[in-house]
Amino acid sequence: MEKSKYQKIVKKYTPKPPILKNGVVAFIIGGIMGVLGNFLVNFYSYSFDLSSKDASVFMIITLVFLGCLLTCLGFFDKWVNFAKCGLIVPITGFAHAMMSAALEYRKEGLVTGVGANMFKLAGSVIIFGVVSAYIFGLLRIIIMGV
Amino acid sequence: MTYLNSFIFCGLVCLIGQLILDNTKLTPGHITTLFVVVGAFLDTFNIYDKFILWAGGGALVPITSFGHLLIHGAMDTVSNFGIMGLFMGMFDLTSSGIVAAIIFSFIFSLIFKPRD
Repeated sequence: MEKSKYQKIVKKYTPKPPILKNGVVAFIIGGIMGVLGNFLVNFYSYSFDLSSKDASVFMIITLVFLGCLLTCLGFFDKWVNFAKCGLIVPITGFAHAMMSAALEYRKEGLVTGVGANMFKLAGSVIIFGVVSAYIFGLLRIIIMGV
Repeated sequence: MTYLNSFIFCGLVCLIGQLILDNTKLTPGHITTLFVVVGAFLDTFNIYDKFILWAGGGALVPITSFGHLLIHGAMDTVSNFGIMGLFMGMFDLTSSGIVAAIIFSFIFSLIFKPRD
């Protein structure tokens, strides 16, 4: 059979991802995460009498804690399979990536396993964030002064 | 009102990520990395601050806020120390998220056993 013909048939029978359903689920779950974040900011700034900037730091720590804990308890992987980007794009996805790398390499020991591999998945976020922030910062100094 | 705004903003960011994930061959790692770069880019011209004013805490939940905080910290020290400040203050505001992720991951990896 010709290669192009074969690929046509393969394409016909590969299951397509349900784009509409995935999009709606990601929108709703992501929206709920946003509301939760906003609620936590308001809650911390009200109960500890903080400015909203400091309260947002508390909020990020809380979400990271929840992401790590739920990953350990085994719920989070199922939820990520269901909601996909609804949970990967919020800061919980960052915590999830680090926690699952740490758990996966735990059996190779603390130094060569956890220590060496914790940033295996989440490292790219930090590396590219810092590099792009540096380049954009230089651009901003050149264009706008400070 | 900020609750509705943060629902819409955070939901839209996640929806864009999901559309990229479904329609291209990029992995979730690519998407989070892309979003951090986009967040840093938006904050270069103070656009992201307007999102935060509009959506409150909801704009700080997606990973785009990570890029925003990186460049925000860097710019704070640049105003005091000039161009060398780019090296000094980049992690000032993001350190809470990174340190929390490291500490909790380490402690929990000591306590919990991996599943499956």
